[in-house]
Amino acid sequence: MNKIFKIFSGSATVSIIAIILGLIVGAIVMLVGGYNPLLAYQSLFTQVFGNTYDFGETLREITPLVLTGLAFAFAARTGLFNIGGEGQFIVGMTAATVVGIKVTGLPAIIHAPLAIIAGGLCGGLWAAIVGYLKAKRGVNEVITSIMLNWIALYLANYIVRHFLLMQGKQRSEDILPTASITIQSLSDLMNSARIHWGMLLAVLVAVFFYYFMWKTKQGYELRAVGSNPNAAQYAGMNVGRNIVKAMFISGVFAGLAGAVQILGVFHNQTVMSGSPGTGFDGIAVGLIGMNNPFGILLGAILFGTLTYGSAGMSFGAGVPPELIRIVIGSIIFFIAAQGIVRWFIKPFYSKRKKEKVL
Amino acid sequence: MNEATPVVELKGITKRFPGVVANDSISLKLYKGEIHALLGENGAGKSTLMNIVFGLYQPDEGSIEINGTPVTIDNPNKAIDLGIGMVHQHFKLVDPFTVTENIILGMEPKKGLNLDHKTAAARISELSEQYGLRVDPYAKIHDISVGMQQRVEILKTLYRGADILIFDEPTAVLTPQEITELMEIMRRLVAEGKSIILITHKLKEIMHISDTVTIIRRGKVIDTVKTSEASPSILAEKMVGRNVSFTVDKRPATPGKPVLEIRDLFVKNKEGALVLNGLNLDVKAGEILGLAGVDGNGQSELIEALTGLRKVDRGSIRLNGKEVANLSPRQIIEGGLSHIPEDRHKHGLVLDFSMSENMVLETYYKAPYNKNGFLNYDAIKKQAEKLIENFDVRTPSVETKARSLSGGNQQKAIIAREIDKNPDILIAAQPTRGLDVGAIEFVQSQLIAQRDQGKAVLLISFELDEIINVSDRIAVLYEGQIVGEVLPEQTNDQELGLMMAGSTAPGGVKHE
Amino acid sequence: MKKSFKLTIVMLLALTVVLAGCGSKKDNTGSSASADTASSDAAKVKVGMVTDVGGVNDKSFNQSAWEGLQALSGAKAEYLQSTKPDDYETNLNKFVKGGYDLTWGIGMDLGDAIGKIAGQNPNAKLAIIDATVDQPNVKSVTFSENEGSFLVGVVAGMMTKSNKIGFVGGAQIPVIERFEAGFKAGIAAVNPNAELLVNYTGAFDKPDLGKTAASTFYNDGADIVFQAAGATGTGVFNEATARVRSGQKVWVIGVDKDQSLEFGDEVTLTSMIKRVDEAVKRVSQEVIDGSFKGGSEVLGLKENGVGIAETSSKNVPADVLAKVDEYKQKIISGEVTVPTTPTK
Repeated sequence: MNKIFKIFSGSATVSIIAIILGLIVGAIVMLVGGYNPLLAYQSLFTQVFGNTYDFGETLREITPLVLTGLAFAFAARTGLFNIGGEGQFIVGMTAATVVGIKVTGLPAIIHAPLAIIAGGLCGGLWAAIVGYLKAKRGVNEVITSIMLNWIALYLANYIVRHFLLMQGKQRSEDILPTASITIQSLSDLMNSARIHWGMLLAVLVAVFFYYFMWKTKQGYELRAVGSNPNAAQYAGMNVGRNIVKAMFISGVFAGLAGAVQILGVFHNQTVMSGSPGTGFDGIAVGLIGMNNPFGILLGAILFGTLTYGSAGMSFGAGVPPELIRIVIGSIIFFIAAQGIVRWFIKPFYSKRKKEKVL
Repeated sequence: MNEATPVVELKGITKRFPGVVANDSISLKLYKGEIHALLGENGAGKSTLMNIVFGLYQPDEGSIEINGTPVTIDNPNKAIDLGIGMVHQHFKLVDPFTVTENIILGMEPKKGLNLDHKTAAARISELSEQYGLRVDPYAKIHDISVGMQQRVEILKTLYRGADILIFDEPTAVLTPQEITELMEIMRRLVAEGKSIILITHKLKEIMHISDTVTIIRRGKVIDTVKTSEASPSILAEKMVGRNVSFTVDKRPATPGKPVLEIRDLFVKNKEGALVLNGLNLDVKAGEILGLAGVDGNGQSELIEALTGLRKVDRGSIRLNGKEVANLSPRQIIEGGLSHIPEDRHKHGLVLDFSMSENMVLETYYKAPYNKNGFLNYDAIKKQAEKLIENFDVRTPSVETKARSLSGGNQQKAIIAREIDKNPDILIAAQPTRGLDVGAIEFVQSQLIAQRDQGKAVLLISFELDEIINVSDRIAVLYEGQIVGEVLPEQTNDQELGLMMAGSTAPGGVKHE
Repeated sequence: MKKSFKLTIVMLLALTVVLAGCGSKKDNTGSSASADTASSDAAKVKVGMVTDVGGVNDKSFNQSAWEGLQALSGAKAEYLQSTKPDDYETNLNKFVKGGYDLTWGIGMDLGDAIGKIAGQNPNAKLAIIDATVDQPNVKSVTFSENEGSFLVGVVAGMMTKSNKIGFVGGAQIPVIERFEAGFKAGIAAVNPNAELLVNYTGAFDKPDLGKTAASTFYNDGADIVFQAAGATGTGVFNEATARVRSGQKVWVIGVDKDQSLEFGDEVTLTSMIKRVDEAVKRVSQEVIDGSFKGGSEVLGLKENGVGIAETSSKNVPADVLAKVDEYKQKIISGEVTVPTTPTK
């Protein structure tokens, strides 16, 4: 455990400074746009921590980001750029919806887990297609996974429209109550914020990620393939099979994200005119978290807080959502472009060496 | 110009990195028309010193004078302005570009808005002529040989008006013929008034070409001597800090039955062309078979075919009597083969893994390292500590990333891992490439120790000295076939060189 | 590492201090938040509005609804935009839990969220456009788009020269199908020979799809295209404008608002108006007056909830407009009933 924290803490300072720089750039943008940045940031914090309802909803916002972030990071650790988290997310949603509606007569203790597993499994298989094509045919995973994103979107819409549609609505019927993973008691306690078991699941998956990647034989293989496929092959590992495995597990994570959104938040699936974007946000979260499971928890908290808090910014300070995306974008920019941050803090280091500061 | 004024003078250069003093008050004088060799083991501080001269690092203390004038060199452009050029060990060339395009890259001559290629090409031809480089300015980089690419690097520095040339390990990538040609070019350069600093750890080259040698050990100048007054053993002793023997001590071999039998082997390269054309070779237990040959005659493909990394087109490979052609790498490894790969960064190590993780790269799935799917890090650590201790791998800890070790220590670690598997056959591909004298001695003695324990060893090397000194039997590979076998005590450089160039088997050249 | 950590702490502290400072200033700056809302300082009634993912500048019903709220006097109005479906509930709750007197959900997508929140907050007042929510504290406002579409169908049927007319729908959902059904019936009533070509693009926010659909229709010989596709419809206008500029005479019939104001008279034949702004304004006024009651209402021609743009006379001859008026009266009187689903 120590080691992993060490890996992350090395870059923690840079991350924190990147966040601050992003907030400053965001503030400048808001100032230029004629809005009060301080009030906006304050509104953001009140929005998130102001009351139990909003706090619960922030957790709801964070949960799928953790899972899609882990999905991206898992593949990245194996040297794969899984840009298809979005499609795997949608497939996971759809599978959970189908099981949640069509499978009847099961007690909740079986039905809900079954729907979750179905979501994860289908997301995994969807991603495994990408892995298979890469391993066997050498097709670039970025291309195939982007294409599969579209296929997933339209396939999901087709399934909802033709098999699950609720009369007169643009959405599926509701899932059966036995498939719901909402924690009603907590939800009631938090002013009916949408609290669900998926939040616990997301944390467990992060822990699983860590143990699997750094403690098991299989994880060792995946990391070896990711860091140096030539050496892995030299050492007798089957690189192709590991690529398929890595994509499968990555897809399972994204699929789980989709499943818990359906089973815990929406309880039905709408006909989507565009991608929900959670899978893409996962890429940003993965980058913020430096592909480290605990970093990703923090990254998702940051990203989710900003996203959910943005409603507060527009409510409390009148900042339009477009500007809020700029703020979020600049924070991610600074984290991704760490070189800039290092360059920015260099003068502080060198000055201190001459003991002029502090 | 006053004869006594050096073109470059370093005065008390000190450079510290966290935890180490890479250069400790180094002083050095380079005179006009001189080849000044900088000798030292890997990690002694040679490259750091030259990077300071070339403006890539700033010294913490000390000063640099060019032609007697103190200068501050804070970036490579400044160095180039001062007439300093560097020929890097790893070429910095753009493959699909022509020679001319590469040379003018970053300082393209303009004619209006267009690049003025013609003028540049003419100037390059002129320089090429003057120094006997024989480079075609319109050839594309990926079409010319490694030796030729190096000349492009030299031309690049000359084109930018360099008077002081720094060569960083220039012979590491060259064939014996190319080395000879490079020596001639260097002589020509100094004859035309250039000055050269040659970074190397190859004593033979130093003795051959340099005028003065400065020996550096652990960041300090040990001595500066005239080459004419030195001998290889004196230099080696100064470099390593102890007595070094050049002759490899070994008892006569007692070969047993063949461990590896290769029959009529046909293998294609990446592009689909046949590069092994019916190769036949036996390696017996208790012998070291040296495979000599110029790079590109099928060595890499042979190794890959033997280790399961490349598909065998036709033919048979038998390991301990069992057919292993086209088996998976793991099946072959488990059949008793160990392999010291020619490119330790590409194949030998996962650089971002810790040393302990690297030490079980091929055995992680076996007990005791794997317990029900989970890795037993205690056992892995114990194994790594054992190997590091036994093979004297210098690393701060077993948790250190492989990336941060020196080349010699990385190689020692790989050899430790491969030997510890107790193989029946050990394939050693370029095992001493880029290593210093001390490490070479160690590696070679390990190969001989394996032989003495009755293992079969296949040594593939471009270093003729190594082949002759270490092998019990030598086979020469040319265009995918074995063109001849000789015994090391009955041959010499010239004969082998001719065979490597494709002239026929023994008998074609008699040694009297 | 340690030092850089210290530095971070200092910077964080600095930021906190600044933030805290802004906390004390809160009262003066608070007013800037309502800068874009109705002016009345004495406003006691607060009305909130949540858009669907189209956003407040969709040149369609979200924008229309917001214009209705801004025209309100004696109330403070505020809106929140939804960027994804997750936001519907939280945005609505922001108003409901913030003590707003009325909370609007704009668009059928918000139906479920409105229903749920209305159930959880029986004392809150909510209202929704384009969907029917069966809760005592929700006012549901839907429109008889089929009736308005019938009238523009009459215009199209009488004015087509090629006897081919196109319809571009955003998505095949009940609301948009009402447009198609009325349009088709209107054409059939005056010109049985005219053929209606139909294309549902599947998206309300893809102008490129609208452009492609329109291009196909015009190439097939259609000379008038009716669009009910939100922002996708702007693509229909773009295609028509390009063709008109190159000398081809084609028309577009606009939707929701008088789109000739946006896209010009040379391409906009007429527009089917849906008075979302009027409905929003009227229902909100009921809250101010204290006469608000839950329930649902359907606004058709009779209630002046749908209709044909007043600027139509620019391009539509008087005899056609007379015919339109004639049918309008027949529909209001019940002599003609307009189908709500397209006949096959």
